[in-house]
Amino acid sequence: MMKTKEIDVTKLSEKNKEPKWLLEQRLTSLQESKDLPLPKLERTRITNWGFEDFHLDQDKVAHTELNRLPEDIHSFLTHEDNSHIIVQKNMQVVVAKSQGIEEQGVIFTDLNTAILQHEELVKPYLFSTLEGEKNKLFSLHKALWSGGIFLYVPRNRELKIPFQSLFWLKGKNMGMFPHVIVVAEENSRVELIANFVAEQDDRPSVNNAILEAFVGQNAQVRIATVNHMPQSVVDVIYRRAVVERDGKLEWIIGDFSEGRLISDNYTALKGEGGQVNVKAVTMGAGEMKANITSTVDHLARHTTSDILARSVMKNTASSILNSITKIEKGASKSNGQQSGKVLMLNPKARGDANPILLIDENDVIAGHAASVGRVDPMQIYYLMSRGITEEEAEKLIVYGFLGIVLSNIPSQSLKEQLDRIIERKFLQ
Amino acid sequence: MTTTPKLSINHLKVSVEGKPILNGIDLEIKGGEVHAIMGPNGTGKSTLAAALMGHPKYEVTDGQVLLDGQDLLEMEVDERARAGLFLAMQYPSEISGVTNADFLRSAINARRGEGNEVSLMKFIRELDQKMESLEIDQSFSTRYLNEGFSGGEKKRNEILQLMMLKPRIAILDEVDSGLDIDALKIVANGVNQLLSPEMGVMVITHYQRLLNYIEPHYVHVIMQGKIVKSGGPELAKRLEAEGYDWVKEELGIEDETVGQTK
Repeated sequence: MMKTKEIDVTKLSEKNKEPKWLLEQRLTSLQESKDLPLPKLERTRITNWGFEDFHLDQDKVAHTELNRLPEDIHSFLTHEDNSHIIVQKNMQVVVAKSQGIEEQGVIFTDLNTAILQHEELVKPYLFSTLEGEKNKLFSLHKALWSGGIFLYVPRNRELKIPFQSLFWLKGKNMGMFPHVIVVAEENSRVELIANFVAEQDDRPSVNNAILEAFVGQNAQVRIATVNHMPQSVVDVIYRRAVVERDGKLEWIIGDFSEGRLISDNYTALKGEGGQVNVKAVTMGAGEMKANITSTVDHLARHTTSDILARSVMKNTASSILNSITKIEKGASKSNGQQSGKVLMLNPKARGDANPILLIDENDVIAGHAASVGRVDPMQIYYLMSRGITEEEAEKLIVYGFLGIVLSNIPSQSLKEQLDRIIERKFLQ
Repeated sequence: MTTTPKLSINHLKVSVEGKPILNGIDLEIKGGEVHAIMGPNGTGKSTLAAALMGHPKYEVTDGQVLLDGQDLLEMEVDERARAGLFLAMQYPSEISGVTNADFLRSAINARRGEGNEVSLMKFIRELDQKMESLEIDQSFSTRYLNEGFSGGEKKRNEILQLMMLKPRIAILDEVDSGLDIDALKIVANGVNQLLSPEMGVMVITHYQRLLNYIEPHYVHVIMQGKIVKSGGPELAKRLEAEGYDWVKEELGIEDETVGQTK
């Protein structure tokens, strides 16, 4: 076990020339992390997952060029438009570029820099979506976060080009703690792509990431995020969002990590007329173990949500898919829908879909669909009877199953990258 | 291949879950011929179709089937299809997320092989044309394969696939069930367009009705898992007029069904 020490945290904070309150926040969190329990997950034992078995890469890393990134990593950038990109390697940013946004009042920078330059703007948002939630993993993250993103879009700005970020975990036993904040003010429009990746033959240890999104009144935000870590990694990602009046948020989530994964997504629909769409897709091969939760909390009237979660499990992979729709008292005329489905391709693959509706208001519409199943041999027979090989038939069925999510991926090149990942999992 | 297709079924015996259903079927179908397989329910008609295609539940216990001289029973289901066999199924599967068009293109390309894929334009043109002749709405091609289709739509889809895949031997298993007379005419018209020396057809049906629109050259009656009577189109007409009882009487059959208790 590699226990993080106060001295590591102090060093990290000093290196980033952080204000005193932030160093104190880090030290308190580190202390808390020692006593707090791990989160309790439905039907997944995580006590031996090794959340603290990592090294911190504190050495200064030189900036690099996009075209010098390894192909495994570079392929996670969309090729349509690369105007705004931040690439983080372990604890530090190694590529940062953005063009022509400063004059519009848009901020796109790593979070450490944002705190130095815009402390008063950033501070109220930082960790605000996690208030009241406590566990060892949050506290570790809060003590050790570095790099990350601060994306701020002022009111009435509509940005067409997606902002891209890539979090690259590199080196044996390394850990990474990126923290991403997206703020879309009233009537603004923005799209962020945030991918968490490592090279497949590398042996890093821990990714513990948090993403916070704030969707202002009548703002529109789309966040596409893919996790693809190798088997050696315990991958933790918490995504949190607050949607204000008439705001619209779309989550596109690809959980493709190959080791142990906690993917937890929560959106609070706080303002009247707020909307959220969650599209989450998982494909696990080998010995992958995943616990994936999508939660929407309706706190205001006329709010709308739709969770679509699909999981394909191969070999001895297993996943628990939790979909939770909460409609609080007073959130009348709201509509919460969810559908979570698991498809297992091998007899030893495991999957579970837990649909949960918690409704405290009468005047609402809510619906859920959940299923766990294996590929139907009659479907395979039918496809084969038209000349399609068994292997291709299985692929068609899987792509069909995932299609409801994959067809909604906004970037063609990102979609192609996901196709390549899925293709590779078929060979495992 | 330019030779005339030929399917030879010799003394075929088939069991389902250990129960014998077919007790020795002998039949030869050549290109240009239409054979009707008739018989009351539960006599083994659909079993013949499923066993020829290679349905996993049906076990061939004896006999031989040759398609153009090749041993059909040695082949996997997809190999049988690529060798030129097609079965229009009574209960086709529904496959979510896979569009009709994508599915059909995969099936066509599976036959043509890698490097020889059909061009997208040519495919779409042909698909549009065939859909029009079957009076299928344009939206059909982007709908998911059989998902939420009515019985009649599923049957039309089977015939659309038949028209697109152009097999050497086509088996139609109760393609008339659940179709109204207008739909039946359209489906039959689709099949008739394909009739040529390049394709042999086996039409399995319970009723003579379909045979008014797809005219058979030969009619075979199955009872107790065997072909008990064969003849020309006049046999089907007599069955329509008089039912199956006279056949049973003539052959001294009391219970025409096999292996299944009603």
